[in-house]
Amino acid sequence: MGKIFLPVVTTGGTSSPPPALQKIAIDPITRIEGHLRIEAKVENGVVTEAWSAATMFRGIEQILKGRDPRDAWAITQRLCGVCTTVHAIASVRAVEDALGVTVPDNARILRNLIEAVQYVQDHVIHFYHLHALDWVDIVSALAAEPAKASALQQSISTWGSNSTAYFQGIKTRLQNFVNSGQLGLFGNAYWGHPAYKLPPEGNLLAVAHYLEALDWQQQVIKLHAILGGKNPHLGTYLVGGMASPVDPSNSASITPTRIASMRSVAQQALDFVNRVYIPDLLLVASYYKDWASIGGGYGNFLSFGDFPTDNSGDPNRLWLPRGVIYNKNINSAPQPLDQNLIQEYITRSWYTYTGGDSVGIHPSQGQTTPNYNGPQPPYQYLNTDSKYSWLKAPRYNNQPMEVGPLARMLVAYAAGNARVRQLVGLVLSKLQVGPDALFSTLGRVAARGIETKLIAEQLDGWFSQLATNIQSNNLATHNSAKWNPSTWPPSATGWGTTEAPRGALGHWVSIKNGKIDNYQMVVATVWNGGPRDAAGQRGVWEQALIGTRVADATKPVEILRTIHSFDPCMACAVHLVDAENREVTRVQVEPM
Amino acid sequence: MSNRLNGEPTIGEMLAARGITRRQFLKMCGVVAVALAIPAGELGRFADAVAAAARPRVVWLEFQDCTGDSESFLRAAQQADPLQSGVTDPSLTSLLLDVLSVEYHETLMVPSGAYATKSRDDVVRNYAGQYICVVEGSIPTAANGVYCTVGGESALNILKQVASKAQATLAVGTCAAYGGLPGAQPNPTGAAGVKDAVPGLQNLVNLPGCPHNVVNLVATIVYFVAKNQLPSRDASGRPQFAYGTLIHARCERRRYHDDEKLVLAWGDQGHRQGWCLRAMGCHGPTTYSNCPVVKWNQGTGWPVQAGHGCLGCTSANFWDASSSLYNVVFHGNKTQNDCAVCHGSGGASSTSVPPTPKP
Repeated sequence: MGKIFLPVVTTGGTSSPPPALQKIAIDPITRIEGHLRIEAKVENGVVTEAWSAATMFRGIEQILKGRDPRDAWAITQRLCGVCTTVHAIASVRAVEDALGVTVPDNARILRNLIEAVQYVQDHVIHFYHLHALDWVDIVSALAAEPAKASALQQSISTWGSNSTAYFQGIKTRLQNFVNSGQLGLFGNAYWGHPAYKLPPEGNLLAVAHYLEALDWQQQVIKLHAILGGKNPHLGTYLVGGMASPVDPSNSASITPTRIASMRSVAQQALDFVNRVYIPDLLLVASYYKDWASIGGGYGNFLSFGDFPTDNSGDPNRLWLPRGVIYNKNINSAPQPLDQNLIQEYITRSWYTYTGGDSVGIHPSQGQTTPNYNGPQPPYQYLNTDSKYSWLKAPRYNNQPMEVGPLARMLVAYAAGNARVRQLVGLVLSKLQVGPDALFSTLGRVAARGIETKLIAEQLDGWFSQLATNIQSNNLATHNSAKWNPSTWPPSATGWGTTEAPRGALGHWVSIKNGKIDNYQMVVATVWNGGPRDAAGQRGVWEQALIGTRVADATKPVEILRTIHSFDPCMACAVHLVDAENREVTRVQVEPM
Repeated sequence: MSNRLNGEPTIGEMLAARGITRRQFLKMCGVVAVALAIPAGELGRFADAVAAAARPRVVWLEFQDCTGDSESFLRAAQQADPLQSGVTDPSLTSLLLDVLSVEYHETLMVPSGAYATKSRDDVVRNYAGQYICVVEGSIPTAANGVYCTVGGESALNILKQVASKAQATLAVGTCAAYGGLPGAQPNPTGAAGVKDAVPGLQNLVNLPGCPHNVVNLVATIVYFVAKNQLPSRDASGRPQFAYGTLIHARCERRRYHDDEKLVLAWGDQGHRQGWCLRAMGCHGPTTYSNCPVVKWNQGTGWPVQAGHGCLGCTSANFWDASSSLYNVVFHGNKTQNDCAVCHGSGGASSTSVPPTPKP
């Protein structure tokens, strides 16, 4: 089958009608973590086929073999500096499960706090710095009237930075920046694209809060530096507990005084979420309600659940519940999760299995053996009829499953969590849309905001528990019973889970003679961004893109909106492909 | 760097247009000057040189990375009171919009795909010898580069194209400097740092750390902008101002080390009182970094302060340096044979044999 490449000039000039069938590649997909390429077939302006490809591989599962399992948290945390901390948690839990270690209550609370802070900071960064510019046109903001922007701000929130002078200042600064001629990060973007719908004042408001959020996130994340030494890549985890001591009075430890100051930072974080993030989310969403019926995908959702409320290890004692939803069914309780039903396929991934490439393997028996058969660089397109990604394809009960904030909020909703039901109801009524709107690109954006508020509200309670423990002289932070490797059995296996901001995360470890014998990680972005499986079922992103209308295939902002709504993290898992470059986008025409 | 291009505004003009006063600007430079150990008497001249410079264009490449160094870059906030903590950085927004002109950074830039690649290629083509290349992540050299491609091109080829025409290249993080975690044994992808991936590259600075500390990146760039030369470096390519002193020499727990007051179990009384962590495997005695002085997240803390030993992350090959991160690497004034920690009185690894510390 011959392939013909037709270069199409995408800048300047008059545009001729697009060809009926176009194959596009977007690479690199930016404003994500890592290296993602998306290839897609666009027929008469609609996406009819899509391929998600991770284009970077490090082999960390191979590097882990033979190492001290107590080191695995520090190594796996380096999978990702955006989702820092989450692999550390999953790793210590997996090793603790293998060795039969229960952590002290203070360690449980410290882990909950660190993870919750990560959610709040990471979700806000995602909204303003990674996703917003798919919806917000910075150039349009230059046309805003500061007085109208001030009135708009005051109509949606009581946030203090709301005067005409404030918005005039932001506009002047933006104008100076544009006049400088060095547009930096904001050059070559799709400004003026017809898919941008916000009025100039809405755009100016979003620019103001893009800048405010940059400063805000740095303050919030100081909580990690206090609790764990630094961010990114905290240095405080231990198999058996945490390395941050607590003490009623010694300032070398976490004290009630320090907890009081952290509670005030957490309160400011919640205030920003309540008065800036949520009102902005509702404002932006109100102009893009058509996205409540785009980008839905399969409608299957999985959550491992997280934030243990006691030290029992009982999955029913997780604050965010564990469960599985099939086919958008949120009207009955979620199905219980059975980890034995998880399998990973590599039929379309650049790996090979000893038992053949069409079988699915449970992660406890997982194999990571690279087998690249793709094109040699530099290349224009991947061979999407064969293997095409460094991501594996995980399936649950042989079904593709969406994970992430939407999955978590839906599982909690279906499980009857009262606060989640209340917040979901509030957002739906504000936007005047029905529950079906949740199963969409916009639903994902809304769920992330709802979750941020939910978790930011919870921070204070955990700080309070920690302070109470310390005041009653409960100071244990580490269970050292199994610290020394001489206390370990000759072999042991375990698994540990967490819910990373981007979704379900599981680590499986097998230990032999004090060393790691095998280590496998099934990561949120692998669930969402993986390729097709042995049965040819598309991955979750691939499915979510089908049917998306693209106004200009050379500037596919619509594809970015849906991909970004999942908050991809490729280092944890894999890049969207715009296979070309320069002023031309190659449009591949395949005779059908 | 001082020659402005095409009438574009200087750093000083951009900051002035934003309402930054000279006093504020001196304060901002002062923080960097502290890290760089520039004498107070020279601060004014140093600041004038920074203000007169053109905004440096930056192309930030990400390869086998975790984006942790970009996240670290995003933590470059203004210190509320630098006199109290001794540390501060220009605010991130200043860095992004006023001081640096970051033309390519996949995590932060707006355009994707061909438009993103155009931003990178335009700088290389139009500003050869006039931009700074920052590299994050290792470069896979095995299998013709298929372990990391961007826009269909291999990481190695992109690096060669961009770094070879840069005025200076800054390898941020231990992966870009030395190969880091992807380069740890058995190094499945042939991961290498910039120096090994592109032998002979001139004007290369390594800023290792997992991640690197943004204070050191900002100080290096500001120094380069002001002096038109790179700060002096050690044999591993690291700036002396940041990596010239052992952590152990300036550690807040040092007096406990000298008094043999050692943490012997996680959460014990010594741990709660901030005693020395060397018996728990702390690598501070063998690791060169200014962590104890500049700390992290605007001077808020650092791992040893929080209670865990130093992992030694600014050293090349630190992941492979010993069989466990918790092995004791330093025995105080004892030899290993006489070391009580290594022979049964507690500590992190009383059953394992620690390696000899490297000088």
